[in-house]
Amino acid sequence: MEAVHEHDHSHDRPSGIMRWVTTTNHKDIGTMYLWFSFTMFMVGGVMALIIRSELFQPGLQIVQPEFFNQMTTLHGLIMVFGAIMPAFVGFANWQIPMMIGAPDMAFPRMNNWSFWLLPPAGSLLILSMFVPGGSAGVGWTMYAPLTIQQGMGMDLVIFAVHILGMSSIMGSINIVTTILNMRAPGMTMMKMPLFVWTWLITAYLLIAAMPVLAGAVTMTLTDRHFGTHFFNAAGGGDPVLFQHIFWFFGHPEVYIIAIPAFGVVSQVIPAFARKPLFGYASMVYATASIAILSFLVWAHHMYTVGMPVEAQLYYMFATMLIAVPTGVKVFNWVATMWKGSMTFETPMLFAIGFLFLFTLGGFTGLVLALTPVDVQLHDTYYVVAHFHYVMVAGALFSAFAGVYYWLPKWIGKMYDETLGKWHFWLSIIFFNVTFFVQHFLGLAGMPRRIPDYSLQFADFNMISSIGAFGFGLSQLLFLYILIKAIRSGEKAPEKPWDGADTLEWTHLPTPAPYHSFETPPTVK
Amino acid sequence: MGLKAFSRLFCLAAAMLVSGVALAEYRLNLKPANTALGEAVYDLHTLVMIIITVIFVGVFGFMFYSIFKHRKSAGHEAAHFHENTTVEIVWTVVPVFILIGLAWPATKTLLEMRDTSAPDMTIKVTGYQWKWGYEYLDDDVKFYSALATPRDQIEGNAEKGENYLLEVDKPLVVPVGKKVRILTTANDVLHAWYVPELAVKQDAIPGFIRDTWFRAEETGTFRGQCAELCGKEHGFMPIVVNVVSENDYKIWVAEQKSGTGAAAYDPAKTYTVAELSSAGESVYGTHCVACHQPGGNGMPPTFPALTGGKITTGPIANHLDIVLNGSKKNPMMAAFGSQLSDMEIAAVITYERNALGNSVGDSLQPGEVAAARN
Repeated sequence: MEAVHEHDHSHDRPSGIMRWVTTTNHKDIGTMYLWFSFTMFMVGGVMALIIRSELFQPGLQIVQPEFFNQMTTLHGLIMVFGAIMPAFVGFANWQIPMMIGAPDMAFPRMNNWSFWLLPPAGSLLILSMFVPGGSAGVGWTMYAPLTIQQGMGMDLVIFAVHILGMSSIMGSINIVTTILNMRAPGMTMMKMPLFVWTWLITAYLLIAAMPVLAGAVTMTLTDRHFGTHFFNAAGGGDPVLFQHIFWFFGHPEVYIIAIPAFGVVSQVIPAFARKPLFGYASMVYATASIAILSFLVWAHHMYTVGMPVEAQLYYMFATMLIAVPTGVKVFNWVATMWKGSMTFETPMLFAIGFLFLFTLGGFTGLVLALTPVDVQLHDTYYVVAHFHYVMVAGALFSAFAGVYYWLPKWIGKMYDETLGKWHFWLSIIFFNVTFFVQHFLGLAGMPRRIPDYSLQFADFNMISSIGAFGFGLSQLLFLYILIKAIRSGEKAPEKPWDGADTLEWTHLPTPAPYHSFETPPTVK
Repeated sequence: MGLKAFSRLFCLAAAMLVSGVALAEYRLNLKPANTALGEAVYDLHTLVMIIITVIFVGVFGFMFYSIFKHRKSAGHEAAHFHENTTVEIVWTVVPVFILIGLAWPATKTLLEMRDTSAPDMTIKVTGYQWKWGYEYLDDDVKFYSALATPRDQIEGNAEKGENYLLEVDKPLVVPVGKKVRILTTANDVLHAWYVPELAVKQDAIPGFIRDTWFRAEETGTFRGQCAELCGKEHGFMPIVVNVVSENDYKIWVAEQKSGTGAAAYDPAKTYTVAELSSAGESVYGTHCVACHQPGGNGMPPTFPALTGGKITTGPIANHLDIVLNGSKKNPMMAAFGSQLSDMEIAAVITYERNALGNSVGDSLQPGEVAAARN
């Protein structure tokens, strides 16, 4: 069964920086994706701390309102497109070939190009702060016609979004092709690990959604410079059209982020419960239903634009329906844990943290689905709290779970378990200190994206800011854990997790060799 | 870690509960509504909170029980079951029924919320960067409403007042018990008219009219804010609604009609620089100060300085043109021709040329503004 090659091609590759520039190896590219993502996570995190510093108390103390708006915009764009999405593409690169028994991705050179588009795009986003007038202060949603008023920073943001979109589309084509064509003999679709399934579905979402975003920002660009009036009523356009196009991308985008996170958790929980995933097939169907529904609910982000009441009713019912497949997934994870033989190493802790807090974010999603309630809460801190539960405690915690789970396979060394647990507990406590109180701010009526607020909101904002700094500093611990593991981690056992049963654990040595599965394994 | 960690977590949760009691004076829920519709929204929110709390306790009760009992350190052996069609059908179908139970009251409330027919009065609300314009379509009253909090309080040079950032120079006044239909639109970018206690939030979209309504049940002052990002002063365009008795409302309307104030001028008179400047100072304070700043220094490059500026110290015709028609180069400079009267434009231009560190010495008569409009 040993499918590893004795002959390692590592001597063929250039060394130093050129290794990384020219590499077509899925493991190298996965590593680069993950480090890029972590770097952007730090940059976006600093922006979040600037926002929270200004909001520490009422009054304008640290930044001016226009810079504050630029921070909220860039924080959102960098975290969504620079941190979370590349992190999961990094996992896809490392894991998909190993989990389906393929030697590499289907298009290795395009894979290299997909990654190397990211640093220029990230640089454009950061550079936009330093051009005259600064970056775009429009929010990550880039609603027209505020975008028309912005300086050249807006154009840099638009180009960055174009490039990020190209990278995502190419990455997705690569993933779909790899999964559909390069599975080991015997690995039927319904035998694929759930992580692979979730990425197959996500890749289709990306291919369908990213061009729509590219269209929206291109129309913004031509409205700004070439005299078109797509979003200008005076020229026959409609500002609300932008919102429809944006959210037709934007809602699937939520699931583009969440679905690979579901995939990671669906690998981790069975491994540490030492028990197979309850309802594999229903998980696949639930994920697919969520993906399809995600294209049918976009205008629930727009309940206050004045749609006809019939449309509002439709979007309300369709949105509530998403609770059903999401519920199926949560029940499945809990049923997987039920009567298992659980241990609670760091990956499992983060997976449970994900399950607990993502579900909380799902519940507030149900609250927001109800149009009359949403009219009260739309564009308030309640929404900010809601999507950070889904994006941070959901996607980010799942990414942490994935890193701790697969790190031994990637580098052949163990992380420090005690420090990992510290990282988990600090993260989950400070996360809740930061974001739980924001529900109360939203209920009391504090609008989002304001640099200053009335005195009634002072205490919860202060608590939230303290939590944010705690959460931010806890992530430096994560960096320390990674460096410590890479430099001086203990040698990892061949299979550190008892319940791990996918090909990378059962058919490859630890650490995984540079080239793996040059001869495909046979899956029974 | 293990058990010790979880007991620590529970201690923390308990501590949070206790501090929750101590925090009783803080607002943890929607504000009590001043409209019947708002009460329906409040009740709907309470219903959904009860449902999700019950499900939350149920699901995570199972999970935490499992975490305590089904752990390897407690010697629990893993079972190997998976898939159970009955269970899977139950947990798919039961939520559907719960959702239908929620959708029913939500639909009823939504239909009521969107029924703007047969209003007692209609007010058109226009969002501007960064103030609100109100126009009473039935009573022929029209005015602007801008932030009244002094800059000193925002910058921390003075103590913040009770209604910091939620006070305006001229509040909206409406009669109690009447169905008030609000039409929203905007002059420049998106805004949203949001007053939590009246359960109203409606986007204001340039070039389009949207509507919403409320019927206040009690008199009082209700405060809200712009809820859609509209540029740098988004956080500084509050809404204040004074709900008064019908009689007080009639008196208020009569007052508005008698005192047209700044808009009126005597065409036969030639105003002096001093007269115009002193009238212009308050116009500047309402319409110009957010961008061009109290001292006229602006915030270059987007908001140029007026002190020693090319336009404010150059030919007066150019100055009038940019105030009337806006800037062709810089979209941030709005056209004020439709917002300000001839007298206000004459006053503010004269003020800008003879104050804020400028001393050009010339002045503009309201008649000249009227002539430039044609």
